[in-house]
Amino acid sequence: MAKMTASKTQEEQWMVQNQVFRIYDLVYRLPPHAQSVNFELRRDDHIEYLTRSLTQLGPNFTVLDANRPWLCYWIIHSIALLGDCVDDNLESDAIDFLRRCQDPNGGYGGGPGQMPHLATTYAAINALLTLGGHKSLSSINREKLYSFLLRMKDTSGGFRMHDGGEVDVRACYTAISVASVLNILDERLTQNVGDYIISCQTYEGGISGEPGAEAHGGYTFCGLAAMVLINEVHRLDLPGLINWVVFRQGIECGFQGRTNKLVDGCYSFWQGGVAAIIQRLHLMIKEQLGLSSTFKFDCITESDDDSSDTDREKPMLEGLNNNGYNFIKGSKGMRPLFNSMALQQYILLCTQEEAGFRDKPGKRRDHYHTCYVLSGLSVCHHCNVKEAETPPLPKDVMGPYSNLLEPVHPLYNIVLDKYYEAHEFFARL
Amino acid sequence: MNQKVEFEVEEEEEERSRIPISERPEWADVRPLPQDDGPNPVVPIAYSDEFSETMDFFRAVYLADERSARALELTQEAIFLNSGNYTVWQFRRLILEALSVDLREELEFIDQIAKNNTKNYQIWHHRRWVAEKLGSNVASNELQFTGEIFSQDAKNYHAWSHRQWVLQTLGGWDDELAYCDELLQNDIFNNSAWNQRYFVVTKSPRLGGLEVTRDSEVAYAIKAILTKPENESPWRYLRGLYKNDVNSIANDPRVASVCVDVLTNEKECAHALNMVLDLLCNHYQPSIELKNAIDALSDNSDLELAKKVCSVLQLVDPMRANYWEWRKTTVPARD
Ligand SMILES: [Zn+2]
Repeated sequence: MAKMTASKTQEEQWMVQNQVFRIYDLVYRLPPHAQSVNFELRRDDHIEYLTRSLTQLGPNFTVLDANRPWLCYWIIHSIALLGDCVDDNLESDAIDFLRRCQDPNGGYGGGPGQMPHLATTYAAINALLTLGGHKSLSSINREKLYSFLLRMKDTSGGFRMHDGGEVDVRACYTAISVASVLNILDERLTQNVGDYIISCQTYEGGISGEPGAEAHGGYTFCGLAAMVLINEVHRLDLPGLINWVVFRQGIECGFQGRTNKLVDGCYSFWQGGVAAIIQRLHLMIKEQLGLSSTFKFDCITESDDDSSDTDREKPMLEGLNNNGYNFIKGSKGMRPLFNSMALQQYILLCTQEEAGFRDKPGKRRDHYHTCYVLSGLSVCHHCNVKEAETPPLPKDVMGPYSNLLEPVHPLYNIVLDKYYEAHEFFARL
Repeated sequence: MNQKVEFEVEEEEEERSRIPISERPEWADVRPLPQDDGPNPVVPIAYSDEFSETMDFFRAVYLADERSARALELTQEAIFLNSGNYTVWQFRRLILEALSVDLREELEFIDQIAKNNTKNYQIWHHRRWVAEKLGSNVASNELQFTGEIFSQDAKNYHAWSHRQWVLQTLGGWDDELAYCDELLQNDIFNNSAWNQRYFVVTKSPRLGGLEVTRDSEVAYAIKAILTKPENESPWRYLRGLYKNDVNSIANDPRVASVCVDVLTNEKECAHALNMVLDLLCNHYQPSIELKNAIDALSDNSDLELAKKVCSVLQLVDPMRANYWEWRKTTVPARD
């Protein structure tokens, strides 16, 4: 059936894998001090690279001219993950710029004067929430945004990216995510979205962009997060999804996006985020496995005296819009099912550049990878604590403890403090 | 989100001799509209003069909703400068409709840019729009076009989605199973081709669905597994063939038997052990051969078989040690 010579997939895989192993080998053969430097997060250099990009970008970025809110989000979110924030002037400039991207009839476009688009709307909202503060949060026209979301609703139950645009799982996630975090999610928006997303769970266990397509890390994150936010995650085959996602972490220690594809740093978040979300779905998973709810999983490393079922006794806020809040306030009932240390090793040794992060050795840094590699690293740091706010133990953080990043809300990928501030702000509206 | 690819900065296009729009007589009546970037924009891009001017004129015609031949021409120039601008594409579609342009020419236009921008959402979406309007007589053209993409990049996500859409909307199923086989002959690790095969055997109106195709597909997957047991794709495919009927996977003796065969030669094959675990969790009554194969891997004779498999997996597949440990806790009680 197959030829005796190596296939293209194998050749490419071996090349990358050898390159990665060479790096590990090199680092682990260094004397202790020289070795430890390699595991340090070059925090200041990253912040400088990011901040500079906020004020100037070269002509090569013209290809991203319809994605400028994304650039804002990738940069501002990365800075927030690193525990820093932009100065007052830049903050005010960013709010002003995003205001110009906001369409008079709701939603945000890729730049001033462009049509509103769901993906850039998600990016703009997440950037504004990460900036935080009254001026930023109140610059969002929620009423108009709601009507934009309704206009993007497709008869299939899914959403289309823009007027006349494509329908896919990304569009569903970005629409549901912004509606949820802005406290404007309702039944008209959620109607049949769940049907669309479950029709995208493939025979492999992961989720595809459209029904019939191949299971993919980015879409699996989008589909899973959206299903949690609309409270329909029990409709997915969770054991199948878990089995698929854990197998995406390969011998190079990082995640791949699809079966038999190459490792790529950005999947540290797309797949790592899926793994993080799973940790809080223990009750649902138990139910799907037909295990009694009194059954103890014995899965939390620390003294797991209190059973995961105690979350049921925690005060839950009512209503569709609080699914994201209740989710993060609940405890993790399961240990991480991926290998956090291995992933941190791939991130620190293979994707970190002098400043910024990349997909894999041999590729060049960019803001997208910087954002999602850092988001994935944050997931790694915080995956072993039971409650969202608890600081991790030194053993959870590879390299010096000063590498520690801010925790995120994994359903929105917004830094947790900023999420709480926004939740409180919009709950009152 | 597969979006990265769209964001990767591409080589700049080579200089073309170009007359500025402001010097073209047919544009004399239009006042260009600059971008409203504000006094201190963030993420400001150092646009070339050509780009700025083209977009200033584009904004003017877009705002005036001018659906004219010159506006169509202009959208083409704008797309050449940044094929990711969905607003330009959407406006172009409005113009194409208004002017009733022959869409076969549009398909040629897309061909020109698509080959260098195979990972751009907008181009593929536009192509779908055009193909839908042209109808079933472009089905073979579209299948051929995606085939050309696959000869360079056999796992191109957008191209596969487009191909599936073409098959379902415009038809052309006849040779699709053979096409999947051809791609898998070239590269048995190509998971996109496996996924397409699954799509065909479950959805093709020619084949009668999974009930009819399952038997031969199980044989196909098993043959692939025996060739390269480390290849995850056919294992997932095999499991997928029983997706809505998990009990019968345990009743198909070929599944357990391929696991035993593989484990006999490759004791540490995680995919085979993963499959054994699934079988045992689905009430499979293990054969003597399977029991012996597992016992040969583990000396912990106290554990029940499924848990024993988990323990073996923890050792042979340390990357997923946490996962196998968890699986051990979820093994259903024996009935
Ligand atoms: Zn990537």
